Parts: sequence; structure tokens; C-alpha cells
Amino acid sequence: MGKRSIVPYGPQHPVLPEPIHLDLVLEDEKVLAAIPSIGFIHRGLESLTSKKDFNEMVYVAERICGICSYMHGMGYCMALEDIMNVEVPRRAEFLRTIWCEMSRLHSHLLWLGLLADGFGFESLFMHSWRLRERILDMFEASTGGRVIFSVNTIGGVLKDMPNDMLKDFVRQLDEMEKEIRDTTSIFLNDYTVKSRLVDVGILTGEDAIRRGAVGPMMRASGINVDMRKNGYAAYNEIDFEVITSNKCDSYARCEVRIGEIFQSIDIIRQAVAKIPDTEINTKVTGMPNGESIIRVEQPRGEAFYHVRANGTKFLDRFRVRTPTFANIPALTQTLQGCQYGDVPLLVLTIDPCISCTER
Amino acid sequence: MGQFLPFTKQVLKNLFSAPATTQYPFVAREYPERTRGHVDIDKDNCILCGMCMRSCPPGAINVDRAGKTWTINRFDCVQCGYCVEKCPKKCLSITPGYQEPGPEKVNYSVDVPYEPPKPAAKPAAPAGAAAPAQAAKPAEAPAPQA
Amino acid sequence: MQEIKKDMYLIDKAELLQVIMEKKNALWRLCQICCSFPKAENHYEVTYSFANGYEFANYRLIVEKDEDVPSISRVYKSAIYYENEMHELWGLNVENIKVDLHDKLYRIDVETPFIEKEGE
Repeated sequence: MGKRSIVPYGPQHPVLPEPIHLDLVLEDEKVLAAIPSIGFIHRGLESLTSKKDFNEMVYVAERICGICSYMHGMGYCMALEDIMNVEVPRRAEFLRTIWCEMSRLHSHLLWLGLLADGFGFESLFMHSWRLRERILDMFEASTGGRVIFSVNTIGGVLKDMPNDMLKDFVRQLDEMEKEIRDTTSIFLNDYTVKSRLVDVGILTGEDAIRRGAVGPMMRASGINVDMRKNGYAAYNEIDFEVITSNKCDSYARCEVRIGEIFQSIDIIRQAVAKIPDTEINTKVTGMPNGESIIRVEQPRGEAFYHVRANGTKFLDRFRVRTPTFANIPALTQTLQGCQYGDVPLLVLTIDPCISCTER
Repeated sequence: MGQFLPFTKQVLKNLFSAPATTQYPFVAREYPERTRGHVDIDKDNCILCGMCMRSCPPGAINVDRAGKTWTINRFDCVQCGYCVEKCPKKCLSITPGYQEPGPEKVNYSVDVPYEPPKPAAKPAAPAGAAAPAQAAKPAEAPAPQA
Repeated sequence: MQEIKKDMYLIDKAELLQVIMEKKNALWRLCQICCSFPKAENHYEVTYSFANGYEFANYRLIVEKDEDVPSISRVYKSAIYYENEMHELWGLNVENIKVDLHDKLYRIDVETPFIEKEGE
């Protein structure tokens, strides 16, 4: 038996964009256990419901996270629309779908960049982010914000995308698709990348369920679950297959996310072809009373919104369970028995979003 | 080559192509027209109703009915656009152009020329007194702040 | 067990472990545990959500203010984080958590920030 030691990892670490702290129990170079602690950036946004009314909370909900901000706002609006029995116009549902998929595209490209940075392939990191930049420009042209869009409202969306703007986006995505294919083929085929990813951080399908993993983390373990198949927004009219992989390692997670990038482009194409011409929002009056649970598929996995209203303008409870929170137990599982040098990479493979986690 | 050096193609391309970034301070960035940069006010249409002040999530706007000013702390503003949506006169708008950074938070204040319709009695209330504010309250009285 | 609405059941404390074991043996995954304290009712509500594929079920436990809840972290390991969170943010006592992080999951200064303290 080697010598045991405890190494603190984080909250400040070169591969971590956000602060999370892990206490790693090491035996020589091998990690025996990892104990996470969070809360360095806890803002208590959930309890802001007692100070901001339910309409203002849309903007607060969006600011839970900087990457999947759109879907946080949308999940919150969907929960309140469910409570208040509002039917959202179809065009708004399609616009939401398109923005969701664009968010997924930019989030996955961001993650690919961070992953490349994590294993030290700086130029690949630059290229992933260069591609992502064009999607951010598309967001700015359509919503006015590059990261926080503020286009959701209870009952629909606030800004419309004219049909020629949508056509232009599809044209730009067609152009980008070829470039993305070139860049992602490096992740999938380069032997240096493979040597860092293949057979590192195994999470079997049963472990994924026992640990409650969600999203690409779970789908990379061969479990076929994607909340989009529940058919919220306009996903019920869109034809897509859930992408899974049976390899269960870090390479599989990379593969699943790359598959989802091309799937998102395809979903946007389908949505643009099918988008109807209707209003984009309905007027909502009255106060919410009741409760609702909504699950949406974010780039990082299933997010869970629980809203409980009591008939006044302040909600009783707004609960968000973000995908990263659900993936932390799975992370501690993959860290057990790995080499110390692989820890940064494994932390990255869950696509950590710590601000989300702490709300 | 495909399997061993898939990055070679990209490397060669990088060598002979222009940079993807712009030379920022020398080449200014052009913003699309929808960019949410900062909140602008059309002061001639403002009726000092205070809806923007009450709806602002970070509480950056202050409307002073007595002093007839509309004040925004641009450093607190999060450019969400809720005030623009709530404004009954549509005199607010979000336009491109970000607030420049500075050493301290400063307020940006606008004098609004709006004259509240005065009741017949007490026409000459002294400036700054509470009387006009009381008289000119619109129909939708502000909800008590919780 | 009583159905409140679709996919939402009200259970009492004695039934909890039985429900959890059933779910575990059927290989359901723990979605989340949500703690809330509706002011009007003046009690805690703890909602356990489980999912299996696209199936979904929620179980709600009503807990009085100074009562404890049994921990399910010995059945579902991922419950450790939710239960520690409940304890740290809401001040709800959870008996016997498998890994009790002793108020160190969230490194914050305020104790139980989500619950209104008496006298405030």
C-alpha cells in the first residue's frame, strides 16, 4: 500500500472556469475518493421569489447561468404557463426550439474548446471558440444579447425572427457545418486526443442510473433518455433520434456531444422549414395559483423546474435542479480509481457549470 | 495521413489565412440593430408614471415626480428590457452602444418637461413641494413595496 | 399513499423507505429532492422525484417544523447532496446522512438562508 494523502483541488485551478472545490484522497498517483464542496458563488436566486414578482423572475431565472441562460428562462416560463393555463402560439414554440438548439450548439462548441484546453491542445481550443463566435453573432442579431437573451416572457417570446433572417441563419449554419465537421473530426480521430480520452473515467449504465446522472453523461453510458422526446416546445413535430454511445468513457461523452452538434443543426433546419406564421405571444392576466413541474433538456442534461404559486404575485417556491448538480455524484464515481493527472479532464467531461449548480 | 495528423490541413490553412479577430481599438465593432446596449429615453413623451422604476429587476431606475427627473444608474442596469416593455407611453428604448467603464458608478439623469394636469385649485404650488405629486397620481396607484 | 395530481403522490414517513426501495429495485433514477416551506401551511414539504426513461413520479412528504426526516442516502447515493442541501439551506434535519458534510457543501456565511427566522 502506498502513502495516502489528501490533495485540495480548486477552487482556483487553470482548467476550471468556475470555482468548485474537491478534496482528493490519493494513494500515490491514484485517486481513491473525491469529496466535492460548492457554494463559493451561491447567490440564493431561488429565494429571490420573495422579493421579485413572478414576471420579474423571468429575468432572474435567465441569469442563473451564462451558457444555458435561454433554457432557464424558458423552463421557468413553461412552468408558469402550465400553472396559468396559457396556450403559447405555435410560432413562439418554434422560435423557442430554434433558440434552444442554437444554445446547445454554442454550449457544445464551448465545451469542446474547454476540453481541448484541458488536455493541452490550445489551437483546437481556439478553433472551437472561433466557430462558436459566429453563433453568438447570430444570437446578437436575433435577440440583442450574446449571452443573456431576455426574449422569453410568460405566454410566448418578445422578439420575432423574420423569415429571411431564419433563412440566412440556415445558410450560415450550412457553411459552418463543414468547418465544424473538420474540427470535430480532430477530436474523434487524432491519436493524441484519443490517448487522453479513450478508457478514461468509465461510468457504466447501471452506475449512471444509481448516481442519477443526466444528459450526455448518461447517454454516453448507453441510456436512451432525452427530455426533448417529451415533446415540449415544438419538439413533437421534429424528427430526431436520441444520440447514445455504449463506450461509457470520456471519448463516448465527446462523441455524444459532437453528434448532438450536427443533430442541432438538423433540428434548426427542420424547424425553419415548418415554422408557421402566427402571433408570438399571448396576453397573460391574473395571478398564478397552483404548482407545476417542468423538465427540459439543456445542453448539459435534464433540468428540473418546480414552481409553486399561491395566488399572489410572489411565488412560494421556485426550485431549479440543474444538470451539473445531478452529475456531481456521477463525477465522484468516475474520479474513483483514476490517475491524478486525469482529474482535470474528468471534471471537464461532465461539462461543469458551477454557477448553475449553486443558483 | 488522415488518421495520424488530421490537424495538418488546419495548420496549413492557419498559416495562410487572415486572423479571425478584429484589431479592436482601431477597428470599431459594428453592432446589429437589435443589440441591447443601453436604455434611452424620449423625454418629451415621458409622463413620470414610475412604471419603469417599479418593474426594474435590479432597481436601477429612479423616477422623481417632484423634481421631474428620470434617473438611471447604468452600472446597475442589466439591459433586460423589462422597463421598455412595461412603459405605457413607449418612450423608453434599448439601443446599441454599451456603457463605458469608469472608476465609480454614476447616475445618468434626464429632466422631463412633463406638466401633470393640475386640478383647478392650488395652481401655484411651490417647486419641490409634495402637492403636485399627490395630485397627479395616475389611475394605477403604485403597489406598496414589499 | 394518495394521489394529489398526475405523477404526484402524498406519502407519510412510514411509507417512505418502502417506496424508495421499490424504486431502487426497479432501477429508477433519483431526479431530485426538493424542500420547500410554504408560509401559509407552516410546514416543510419534501418532494422526491424519480424517473425511469420517460416515466416520472413524485412523492411528497409533509414534515412539521421541528421534525426530522429519514435519510435515503443509503439507498440512493446521489441523495447525499440533496439532503445536505436541504439541511444547509432550509434547516431541515435529516437523520443519519451517509456522508454528512457538516454544513460544508455550500460555503456560505448565513445559516439556513432560505427560511425566514422568527422575529424578522
